Amino acid sequence: MSELEVDVQIPTAFDPFAEANADDSGAGSKEYVHIRIQQRNGRKSLTTVQGLKKEYSYNKILKDLKKEFCCNGTVVQDPELGQVIQLQGDQRKNVSTFLVQAGIVKKEHIKIHGF
Amino acid sequence: MADDVPNDVKEDVADIAPFDPTKKKKKKKVVIQDPADDSVEKVTEQTENLSVSDGLESTFSGLKKKKKKAVDTSSLNEESGEVGEDLDDHAGVDEEGEGTVPQSRFPWEGSDRDYEYEELLGRVFNILRENNPELAGDRRRTVMRPPQVLREGTKKTVFVNFMDLCKTMHRQPDHVMAFLLAELGTSGSLDGQQRLVVKGRFAPKNFEGILRRYINEYVICIGCKSPDTILSKENRLFFLRCEKCGSGRSVAPIKAGFVARVGRRTAGT
Ligand SMILES: [Zn+2]
Repeated sequence: MSELEVDVQIPTAFDPFAEANADDSGAGSKEYVHIRIQQRNGRKSLTTVQGLKKEYSYNKILKDLKKEFCCNGTVVQDPELGQVIQLQGDQRKNVSTFLVQAGIVKKEHIKIHGF
Repeated sequence: MADDVPNDVKEDVADIAPFDPTKKKKKKKVVIQDPADDSVEKVTEQTENLSVSDGLESTFSGLKKKKKKAVDTSSLNEESGEVGEDLDDHAGVDEEGEGTVPQSRFPWEGSDRDYEYEELLGRVFNILRENNPELAGDRRRTVMRPPQVLREGTKKTVFVNFMDLCKTMHRQPDHVMAFLLAELGTSGSLDGQQRLVVKGRFAPKNFEGILRRYINEYVICIGCKSPDTILSKENRLFFLRCEKCGSGRSVAPIKAGFVARVGRRTAGT
């Protein structure tokens, strides 16, 4: 919530470049949190969350996510991308909402991928 | 702001309706999913996503795949041709653009009153349309055909008209493919007939949604919404330049990002 307040500072001003800028930072794509989906065998799928700030305790977040969505999950260490959270099922919407509501990530920094 | 708007709104459309923003989305009538069974949750998910991404709706002609199953004759009649969507679309445009041009060619005919602003505007656009349609700003869309998809075995999906769609978008198949695969979170390749074969089971809708995002990100000019753009690589950066208005922007490189190991036992712990 508090995060959101900050955004609203100048509610009347319309920044025509806001979008372009946002997209530009996408080019770096560094600070985005990427939420992806992947198919597993059959109709099962898997959600991955990549790019959360390192300061956060992944395990703690994972625990909350698991509890919240009643699904299993794990934290994986990727040699390049660092820690990645994996959850069972398609939890993209859920995760995104959760992260925003918990103030962990700003909505505009989340990128949901997938089909 | 409005923190209840789902995230993908922003992402999907970037608030712009790429081809024809004037057009308000028509409720997708026939969203009968291919009975080729996709998990129900996914299907519903999908529908949501799509309704969100509005604008590009128009990108795909008669997008509800022409099902061989007759759905309901009336809608079939309307929509059978590629132009199905176009019909009501024109209607929409007419209302908005030239709302003031009625039956008797010009409303001011037979009177010596002043033109109204709207009338003049409509008039100038009509003239423009007749003589220089490309200047009229009608995003007379490049219409994309809906993706045609076959299943190969139980574990692979063949995207039949992939090449075709790449051509429509004027994009390198490699680039499109990279994006598709990254988004689908899977692997794939072109087969002998230039069809894209991907691992996993996906519905046409899945491809469609992703292509839509691709178009938003890598085809459409943000400034004028023209799909008439060139994607080039300039010292390691992808750059999108509009042929119509000349504006340009850099676009994100395609990254597959994290791909979990699936198949034999998920990795980790
Ligand atoms: Zn342009």
